[in-house]
Amino acid sequence: MALLQISEPGQSTAPHQHRLAAGIDLGTTNSLVASVRSGVAETLPDAQGRHLLPSVVRYHAGSDPVVGTAALAAAVDDPLNTIASVKRLMGRGVDDVRHIGDRLPYEFVDGSSGMPLLRTAGGDVSPVEVSAEILRSLKERAEQTLGGELAGVVITVPAYFDDAQRQATRDAGRLAGLNVLRLLNEPTAAAVAYGLDQASEGVIAIYDLGGGTFDISILRLNKGVFEVMSTAGNTGLGGDDMDRAVAHWIMGQAGIHAGAGHGQLRQLMQVARAAKEALTTQARVSIKVHRDDGSRWAGELTRAEFDELIGALVEKTLGPCRRALRDAGIRASEVQTVVMVGGSTRVPLVRARVADFFKAEPMVDIDPDKVVAVGAAIQADILVGNKPDDEMLLLDVIPLSLGLETMGGLTEKIIPRNTTIPTARAQEFTTFKDGQTAMSLHVVQGERELVDDCRSLARFELHDIPPMVAGAARIRVTFQVDADGLLNVTAEELTQGVKSGIEIKPSYGLSDHEIETMLRDSMAHATDDRDARRLREEQVEADRVLEALHSALAADGDRLLAADERAAIDAAAATLAARRNGSDYRAIRQAIETVEQASSAYVERRMNNSIRAAMAGHSVDEFKT
Amino acid sequence: MMAEDSSPTHFELFGLPQAFSIDRRQLDSRFRELQRKFHPDRYANAGDIERRLSAQQASRINEGYQILKDPLRRGRYLLELAGIVHDDEHRTTRDTGFLMEQMEMREELAGVRAADNALAALGGILDRISRDIDALVAELDGLFANGDAASLQAAGEAIMKLQFFRRLQDEAVELEVTLEDELA
Repeated sequence: MALLQISEPGQSTAPHQHRLAAGIDLGTTNSLVASVRSGVAETLPDAQGRHLLPSVVRYHAGSDPVVGTAALAAAVDDPLNTIASVKRLMGRGVDDVRHIGDRLPYEFVDGSSGMPLLRTAGGDVSPVEVSAEILRSLKERAEQTLGGELAGVVITVPAYFDDAQRQATRDAGRLAGLNVLRLLNEPTAAAVAYGLDQASEGVIAIYDLGGGTFDISILRLNKGVFEVMSTAGNTGLGGDDMDRAVAHWIMGQAGIHAGAGHGQLRQLMQVARAAKEALTTQARVSIKVHRDDGSRWAGELTRAEFDELIGALVEKTLGPCRRALRDAGIRASEVQTVVMVGGSTRVPLVRARVADFFKAEPMVDIDPDKVVAVGAAIQADILVGNKPDDEMLLLDVIPLSLGLETMGGLTEKIIPRNTTIPTARAQEFTTFKDGQTAMSLHVVQGERELVDDCRSLARFELHDIPPMVAGAARIRVTFQVDADGLLNVTAEELTQGVKSGIEIKPSYGLSDHEIETMLRDSMAHATDDRDARRLREEQVEADRVLEALHSALAADGDRLLAADERAAIDAAAATLAARRNGSDYRAIRQAIETVEQASSAYVERRMNNSIRAAMAGHSVDEFKT
Repeated sequence: MMAEDSSPTHFELFGLPQAFSIDRRQLDSRFRELQRKFHPDRYANAGDIERRLSAQQASRINEGYQILKDPLRRGRYLLELAGIVHDDEHRTTRDTGFLMEQMEMREELAGVRAADNALAALGGILDRISRDIDALVAELDGLFANGDAASLQAAGEAIMKLQFFRRLQDEAVELEVTLEDELA
């Protein structure tokens, strides 16, 4: 079978050409890239055969930043310019970072968008830019290994990431020049990696303890559909905290004071991590550290002592497990399979406590470091169009409730947590002053009653409300959460049917304008490359649009279109076909947009038809039985 | 040319008869079937318009599924389809026996922390709430099956009671999670 699927050279322009896709696990400590090659999803190693890329970026004055192992090696000597664990800062505000930052040895400066910047020898950089460097490095690795440009990627995020953290991740992908097909929740990705191997059905719990985050998700798997029932977690809990607990213990034993230098602290963290890793297989480990004054300390840590140091941390993961079970409406005994994800699940105490809690031996067949990237690669391969007949579908949920600020600093929930996405809710508002033409909505995310206890996502300023007497306007605001878990808001005044202009002020994010500027800056030195690439992209897109349009028109164009509508579409398509062979990517883009506009009513009719057909097909089935 | 007809009801969308009693397995399998067709992931390579439309359809399918699988929301939706405006969020029942029982259960819930074995006491309350909810759902089954004006009126009353029990259940579950976290 497989032999027949290998395409002949020279057939590359065929419409079902294999497109290169990758799954990226952008982790707190390590990142990975995986791809489906010859039907097998596997992580891609670098030239030295290393699969894990340390999520560390070192900045230099006047030269490009260094990412990965080389950067990690410099962390002890050059801590201020070497950024690690940047995932913890994604989508966070200046105040949050002050809280997280007392444990991170960096210099922070206030950025313009409520987003903190890190001061480095290479200039002030945002967490989004640091993440983009990591993504760029993985993109290069994938493109070299696979021998071509990536058509699209799936990037994983903790299920518990809020809107701002997701948006920041998407922005980083865009900055790295990636076509992000989807943000996929890490536990769901892990389930995909296991599910396809074993075609299991039933309820699965995915326990994901990474370097800096903890997630628990409860999924129902049925005939290729992965339906997330609930998710819970803690974005500030992970293996790093175990390292820190061990480092504290060493400091106490070795008499190292809390105000030790950055280099000393980094060294302690590395020694602590090595000790933790050794204790997954050994009952005791010997530890040596150099003090700042040049003296040495040597000691021993047993697994029993280690278990005691991390016991409270492990217990803290069980609270979210209980909550996720409640939200899913099931008991621990109904969970058939427990999947372990994240390097920290190698710790024996973690495995023992999880087995005890769910009364099931957790699955560890796939390397817990790689399982997320592997699942993401499988999803990317499907989304990019390489497996048109695949039945797999992932239905995720929104992890935290979305709400609006109301009078007195209270929140009103619009979309409750664990609602399946995509989802949309509309709510009506009115004006409270005569002639009022603008209003402001404050959207927050979280479960608490008070606005101050939730995360502020954005303020939406509505303009162009037609002036009327107080209370007469009916403004319908629609909150749409897409399949990535990202919020989009639109507003309309119903009595006069006027669309309101919306200005979004993200609380901790980059505006579109800022991203455009960064993109321009990062590509300034490569204009020619960029133009050539844009042209190729637009040509591929033009071919896709024309191909899809022609096959649609052949199927039902005569039935669904009036003569004048058909003529408009044909004219737009002819223009696009002519421009496609030119060299002006802007002209091609414009022609694509014209085709899409001309055919928008047609596309909508086809979609409605398709819904009706789906319903009708069903009634026929019912009639038969 | 085709005429734009009004959008289908959730029951029509899921190919189910418009009734309170539903075939849960058919609802579930129909949900998966529809999402397989319309989920945005099926349109990852399509144009902007198709992607937007598929997100709208998928949202509608999700919304319909949530409403139909939940007896409380399904009951409210059926009353709405029957043209009965039913504001159970802001109305209250005149069934004094029911109100007394609610008050007693609330007091019991408030006193749970003081009990010798708080979790066991709470478990007892949760079991009772579940039984009461099951009884109300069975009652709604009969009332919607009758379908006459008086039965629908009574269904409105039962839905209101169901709403009371749901709130109580939410609070009890919340308390259970808190207690378990404290004991861990």
